[in-house]
Amino acid sequence: MHRRDFLAFGTMGVGGLILPSMFGKVIAAEELSSAIDVAVKKSLADAAMNAAKSAGATYCDVRVGRYLRQFVITRERNVENIVNTESTGVGIRVIAGGAWGFAATNEMTKEAVAKAATQAVAIAKANAPTQSAPVQLAPVKGAGEVNWRTPIVKNSMTVPIKDKVDLLMGVNAAAMDAGADFIRSILFLVNEQKYFASTDGSYIDQDVHRIWAPMEVTAVDKATGKFRVREGLSAPMGLGFEYLDGAASGKTVLPNGVTVYGNSYDMKEDAIAAAKQARAKIKAPSVKPGKYDLVLDPSHTWLTIHESVGHPLELDRVLGYEANYAGTSFATMDKLKANFQYGSDKVNIVADKTQPGSLGAVAFDDEGVKTKKWDLIRNGKLVGYQAIRDQAHIEGKSESDGCCYADSWSNVQFQRMANVSLEPGKAKQSVADMISNVEDGIYIIGDGSFSIDQQRYNAQFGGQLFYEIKQGKITQQIEDVAYQIRTPEFWNGCAGVCDASDYRLGGSFFDGKGQPAQVSAVSHGSSTARFNGINVINTARSLG
Amino acid sequence: MSILSEAQAKAILTKVVGFSKADECTAQLTGSIRGNVRFARNDVSTAGITDNIELSVQVAYGKRVGIATINQFDDAALERVVRRAEELAKLAPENPEFMPAVEKQTYTATPTYSATTAGITADYRAKVAIDSIAPCRAEKLIAAGYLEDQAGFVAFMNSKGNYGYQTGTSADYTCTVRTEDGRGSGWVGHNVQDVATFNAGEDIRVAMRKASASAEAKALEPGKYTVILEPAAAAGLIQFMFFYFDARSADEGRSFLSKKGGGNKLGEQVFGPQVNFFADPAYPGAAVYPWDEEGLPRRKMPIVENGKLVNMEYSRYWSQKQGKPAMAQPGNLIMTGGTKSTADLVRTTERGILVSRTWYIRMVDPQTVLLTGLTRDGTFYIENGQIKYPIKNFRFNESPVIMLNNVEELGKPVRVKGDEADAPMVVPPMKLRDFTFTSLSDAV
Repeated sequence: MHRRDFLAFGTMGVGGLILPSMFGKVIAAEELSSAIDVAVKKSLADAAMNAAKSAGATYCDVRVGRYLRQFVITRERNVENIVNTESTGVGIRVIAGGAWGFAATNEMTKEAVAKAATQAVAIAKANAPTQSAPVQLAPVKGAGEVNWRTPIVKNSMTVPIKDKVDLLMGVNAAAMDAGADFIRSILFLVNEQKYFASTDGSYIDQDVHRIWAPMEVTAVDKATGKFRVREGLSAPMGLGFEYLDGAASGKTVLPNGVTVYGNSYDMKEDAIAAAKQARAKIKAPSVKPGKYDLVLDPSHTWLTIHESVGHPLELDRVLGYEANYAGTSFATMDKLKANFQYGSDKVNIVADKTQPGSLGAVAFDDEGVKTKKWDLIRNGKLVGYQAIRDQAHIEGKSESDGCCYADSWSNVQFQRMANVSLEPGKAKQSVADMISNVEDGIYIIGDGSFSIDQQRYNAQFGGQLFYEIKQGKITQQIEDVAYQIRTPEFWNGCAGVCDASDYRLGGSFFDGKGQPAQVSAVSHGSSTARFNGINVINTARSLG
Repeated sequence: MSILSEAQAKAILTKVVGFSKADECTAQLTGSIRGNVRFARNDVSTAGITDNIELSVQVAYGKRVGIATINQFDDAALERVVRRAEELAKLAPENPEFMPAVEKQTYTATPTYSATTAGITADYRAKVAIDSIAPCRAEKLIAAGYLEDQAGFVAFMNSKGNYGYQTGTSADYTCTVRTEDGRGSGWVGHNVQDVATFNAGEDIRVAMRKASASAEAKALEPGKYTVILEPAAAAGLIQFMFFYFDARSADEGRSFLSKKGGGNKLGEQVFGPQVNFFADPAYPGAAVYPWDEEGLPRRKMPIVENGKLVNMEYSRYWSQKQGKPAMAQPGNLIMTGGTKSTADLVRTTERGILVSRTWYIRMVDPQTVLLTGLTRDGTFYIENGQIKYPIKNFRFNESPVIMLNNVEELGKPVRVKGDEADAPMVVPPMKLRDFTFTSLSDAV
């Protein structure tokens, strides 16, 4: 599930005191550059592990986490909110009597963590009698004492607030000058300082950075009462503040003149374009429903990959662990064994926890497994899932895929989606080449509305910008487009993927899963791709 | 100790406000103990407990605001957090829409706390899991479910003498039951403030019945149908619509409640005449704290009367700018109805579709609040007042505004929780004509 948290953030705390507790306590900006001494973290971890073992645990892992987040929220010419939050604490997971137990505390003392460890063991023992089979962990070799950091150029946490405010105020002014009626622009900056220790002999210190700069630009036509929103075309990234430099190397101008972005984002330029395109959306003709060949830009395709490939190939969903919340999967184990034809032979999809610049990149996952890249779909055939330590044996594998994650010290880690991406086509093909062969199609840029069923068969997607293609030419901007798919038919309709020169990442900063619900950030890369014969509906309605 | 007594909380808040040298200061303490148990594949998968307590301090110099928080409570720490907020405020840009802290208010306590819920133990949670799993194991069904309970408190004080303290509890149980062959699926949800009224062993039977009854589903053509939405199914659409009840967006011309040519639809007939919504912080079984996020006292407030829009959400800033009285944001949403059960509504339906639950609802077009989503966990065809057979799930594209203009009949309201927010809702089962299904889903 890709959550609608953007809206929730957009309206939070306007002059109010209540802060979203999921993001922890608010701190001063100057504290965002500091970290907890690694020796302190090790001593807390050892205290927890010793207490757990004494209480009867057969396995224990400890996550000492300091999660820093900064949000700068603006609308038009106002800064609505600047929030710095810190959440620090210790989460302890144990196996006792063959069952999992978990407890967490924000008290950073040896006594408190030892008490929490004992509590986790008690919880495991309370649940053990109901367990039909003991937890079985794929083996992991202790990593010893190691550390890793996202390869950033500029630490977003240490860029002065004034620079961030000036950037967003400049963006907003540019949009308003270009004809927008309203703009909301936001910076979300994340730094996870995560220390992981386990009874397997790992002490792993990681410093993870992410950035997102979303915006919503609105144009209103008072006479007709119509309004349209064009959201920004940026992607959340596993990069530092350098992502917002607007470097020319990050820009691609598409055949219809729309500029899209790769590893560098020009927010002001995009805001100006958004103002003009939002206005154009109001006047654009409404789509005629029917079957079309779709040409999908990577700024759009990431979400379709996320929902219709990333989620159904999570082993916990396949097995039923998410049946009560995120759902199960149509891609059942028998389909893996039979190498189910998930897509056409043009479709190659990989999971990757190491890809530089991606949201999911780390050296070790949240149960101490070294990360890797692996195949999910090869030449259209289903060849793999995403699995963690206590699931690997069910898939008949001897190792975890290294995609375990918790969004906080206070939540238990579990299987989360790796970066899942469509590989570019091997033959040279530009976007213009691809469009020149489309007789009757729609070109979609940017992600919009999205919804998919609990087994990931039936999905519906919108977008930000839609263009009609007739006889190989882009003819005009259109509106009210959404397409409905059945996942295997959609991917089997994939008629081509542009080459690597067009490859870009999109992603979700707030992908929701689990109970208690947790968010995770994940990237999805692709080049522009073509899908034939897709059902398009018209979404215009009248309230009378 | 995450739940402070009133005396403990008041002592801390008094010190904090006393430390402040800013033009104004508001301090708030929140604490909770949350326990949970999660099960799937007829086994417990995770269980845990988290406690946390936090002090937030907001100060203002003119229109410059600073916010800081801490979770230590000795005098030095309390003074430090106030100074930190003051430093941040001095660095912050002026917010032209700044609203000063509220004056001293009078709050009427609401029944938000249950000692039974606060007393839940790990063994209680384990029993809920086994009460759900054991009957499923016995009938070759597969259960996946979750119980989360919490006990907490909120206390706040500002430099204008305003003060509040109250404790609250809640528990949320959900369980999905599937047949072993994956062809049938049922669901039950029970959201309560007091677990004395909750029995997992009874609830699980609802999900089990639906799982068994929904196997062997037939496909119906998508199109417009008379539907009966159970309360949980209706809640998803209704909750989503209320995310867009903000008066400012409407006045700005970017809401379904905007009026052509300017202004909003306050006072207009927006829904069918059977439709009534109100908020009430003391509503039995769905009570919420008697203040909103800014400290304004919540009172019983009509929102829609006989289909007419009588109240919208005005922020303090926007109400002042528009010359309206400031009103607290509602914390719950109550929809009135009749006395009939879902089964009663089925009995009077010639042809229609019964929807147990809706899923993954998202906005398609904010201009009309066109929403898309799917049915799940038990969708049935009704003919001549009887459930004839289970049908495959549908995707719908429907606006709740249009839907609530097509009401045939409303049943007896019950407390439910939507998928997207925690605010309690009380919603009746509803019979609606011309509900728009646009495609079939193979999902079970």
